[in-house]
Amino acid sequence: MLEIISLTLFVSGVALIIATIIGVPLGAVLALRRVMFKKIITLILYTGMGLPPVVVGLAVYIFLSREGALGWLGWLFTPSAMITAQVIIALPIVIGLTTSAVENVNPELRLQIRSLGATPNQVMWTILSEARSGVVAAIVAAFGGIISEVGAVMLVGGNIEGSTRVLTTAIVLETRKGDFGLALALGGVLLTLTLVTNFFLLRLNKR
Amino acid sequence: MTTLFHLSHIRHNYNGRFVLDIDDLAIQRGELFAIVGPSGAGKSTLLRLLNFLESPSAGIIRYKDQATPPLDLTRQITTVFQHPILLHRSVHENVEYGLRLRDQRNDKQVDEIIARVGLAAFAASAADSLSGGERQRIALARALVLNPEVLLLDEPTANLDPHNVSLIESIIREENEQRGTTILLVTHNVFQAKRLAQRVGLMLNGKLIEVGATKDFFENPKDERTRKFVDGEMIY
Ligand SMILES: Nc1ncnc2c1ncn2[C@@H]1O[C@H](COP(=O)(O)OP(=O)(O)OP(=O)(O)O)[C@@H](O)[C@H]1O
Ligand SMILES: [Mg+2]
Repeated sequence: MLEIISLTLFVSGVALIIATIIGVPLGAVLALRRVMFKKIITLILYTGMGLPPVVVGLAVYIFLSREGALGWLGWLFTPSAMITAQVIIALPIVIGLTTSAVENVNPELRLQIRSLGATPNQVMWTILSEARSGVVAAIVAAFGGIISEVGAVMLVGGNIEGSTRVLTTAIVLETRKGDFGLALALGGVLLTLTLVTNFFLLRLNKR
Repeated sequence: MTTLFHLSHIRHNYNGRFVLDIDDLAIQRGELFAIVGPSGAGKSTLLRLLNFLESPSAGIIRYKDQATPPLDLTRQITTVFQHPILLHRSVHENVEYGLRLRDQRNDKQVDEIIARVGLAAFAASAADSLSGGERQRIALARALVLNPEVLLLDEPTANLDPHNVSLIESIIREENEQRGTTILLVTHNVFQAKRLAQRVGLMLNGKLIEVGATKDFFENPKDERTRKFVDGEMIY
């Protein structure tokens, strides 16, 4: 049980950190700089936000399978594969919601802080900090999406006891076995984890 | 006298409509130059160009002989905007912001400036909680703390009561006379221009109609439109 909980936190935690580090700056750049094909990129992002996780799982599975382009990594049925899938699921959410949070900051503010001497990078970090609550919401939404996700981790992880079994896949398994009590308890643990994590994420809002 | 800014053949368009057309203008180091003119004349646009926040559609603006001044030069210029936007942080952090950008935090200097604009009691407050007039004074403070060589002021007393208007006017005068700061003051208020400036320009429909020493501008205007504007007869 403890093993399942810590693996769940590890996989989704690492995936969330990677998606945040890549996605938040990308989202800001997309909102602040002149980007080519911005409309198309936004359309792809919004579609990505609604992408069925199981389809992501399938794609990752194909790439990581022995014949796949990345088969040599040997990641299939390991936590690395699960993290990869979750990063792909989380990224469009982080980028898309960060972009919209940054776009909601009054554009006139950019001019005013440039007048105070901000370089383009300093403009980006200041605007991100002004959009803080929207950026935190983006991270929270992404976390909710990946920690509750079952299709992709099932496919690429394989739900192997002691190595790739996480809370959601364990719930599926216990339900199939008819152990509803245990399945429900696992569901309760999942909810509690999300609640506690969101509590800490929301503290980032006020500094 | 040395020329700090030189504008030649400046034209600026928004969506194909020209809003600024200045053939030749020089701004001297250390002067306090006021620009007056009706709403929509292009005054704020001129300040954005002088701060290198936007490039003109055509023509060249030189600052210290450079058409594209590097960061250390543009950082000598700062604007107090007509509608200042503060950060969702404390008053102290707002005033400190520009120093932080330069890695030059200095609490003492920040506190002094906040006191100078009469807001010492608010240093720890959230900037969001300030009134319009208080915000405007913080916007002036966050510019002054940088010890700028050039201060561009866009209606800096528009939201203030008479007491604070005279406080801010005396700060503007001090900056110009004691620190030698070059100041461009945009104002609707011709009396303020008369009180503070050494030179005044009238802007109408994107053009500088008349530029002259304050005394000449008010007492012997060359252009009929200047006389009408000064006498408050101009209808706009
Ligand atoms: N970003 C912009 N995009 C399009 N048009 C603009 C923009 N900024 C200014 N304009 C237009 O340019 C003209 C000059 O505007 P500007 O703000 O410089 O006038 P102003 O003299 O400062 O007026 P006010 O006294 O009302 O502040 C106006 O017609 C305005 O609508
Ligand atoms: Mg204006």
